[in-house]
Amino acid sequence: MSLLSYFFGTKQKTASMAKERLSLIIAHERGGNRAPDFLPALQRELIEVISKYVNVGIDDIKVQLEKQDNCEILEVNITLPEQPK
Amino acid sequence: MARVIVVTSGKGGVGKTTTSASISTGLALRGFKTAVIDFDVGLRNLDLIMGCERRVVYDLINVVNGEANLNQALIKDKHCDNLFVLPASQTRDKDALTEEGVEKVLKDLTHMGFEYVVCDSPAGIERGAVMALTFADDAFIVTNPEVSSVRDSDRILGILQSKSRRAIEGREPVKEHLLVSRYSPKRVEDGEMLSYKDVQELLRIPLIGVIPESDDVLQASNQGTPAIHLKDSDVATAYQDVVARFLEEERPLRFVNYEKPGLLKRLFGGK
Repeated sequence: MSLLSYFFGTKQKTASMAKERLSLIIAHERGGNRAPDFLPALQRELIEVISKYVNVGIDDIKVQLEKQDNCEILEVNITLPEQPK
Repeated sequence: MARVIVVTSGKGGVGKTTTSASISTGLALRGFKTAVIDFDVGLRNLDLIMGCERRVVYDLINVVNGEANLNQALIKDKHCDNLFVLPASQTRDKDALTEEGVEKVLKDLTHMGFEYVVCDSPAGIERGAVMALTFADDAFIVTNPEVSSVRDSDRILGILQSKSRRAIEGREPVKEHLLVSRYSPKRVEDGEMLSYKDVQELLRIPLIGVIPESDDVLQASNQGTPAIHLKDSDVATAYQDVVARFLEEERPLRFVNYEKPGLLKRLFGGK
């Protein structure tokens, strides 16, 4: 695929990359204006607890607060390693 | 009250002062008595862009502190009879700018018969920028089709919607106008630059115009003449269109589509 796109020039244009990145960051910052500041602490403690049982690193856990209309969703994503401790 | 327009962006170098100079000139050319105020205390530049830097005696802070009255501080524009410039102070610190002081200046300008007051905001989200937008009825959000500028514009929109008097008092919100500047239709066509539609989709405010990237802007600032005065310039025409749309006249968008140079143009060069 990458070879094809190399020859046929179907590489993603930088303007569309800019738009994608901006729509993510703007949505995040708009919703995140009143984001509670406990998120980093929560993330740290979750890692502490989970790493007791599974071998996970700081980057394997993502904590996000999303707003949809009137309700807020706390999303916790944990990527488990292939082999448990 | 005079209608107060803030020209703001968050990011620096996007064309706020160029826009303030051209919009205020455009309104004055339409016959409205207009004042343009530089809020960039400590880093004034509007005087240079308007070409009145050698006539500055008193400034905004002098007026706020009661050391000079408005009649002494306002500088009559060299091109338009009904346009006046109120420069920023070059020396004092920004804390000299108070909300009460700015409000009094705006009230006094209204009593003097000014119909429009254009506030040229400094970059950033500090005191000067907040003071410039506090009393706004309209806001021109000057944005370059570039990631940092779009993000900063979104940030300043948030501040406008929370810190302006209209927002605090729960009145009708400040009317927001998106002005995309330094636009290059060719680069947009090549997929190298965000289109004005992309920017508008991201910021979700009505578009008032697109100013093409042009060497003319530097030529205008070199001479101390607002870009809207330039002859045979796309930038001047684009700003005239912006003023017309602001006054609720219909104008189609120009300078947003790339035209491939014809054979003759390619052979013999040209702009």
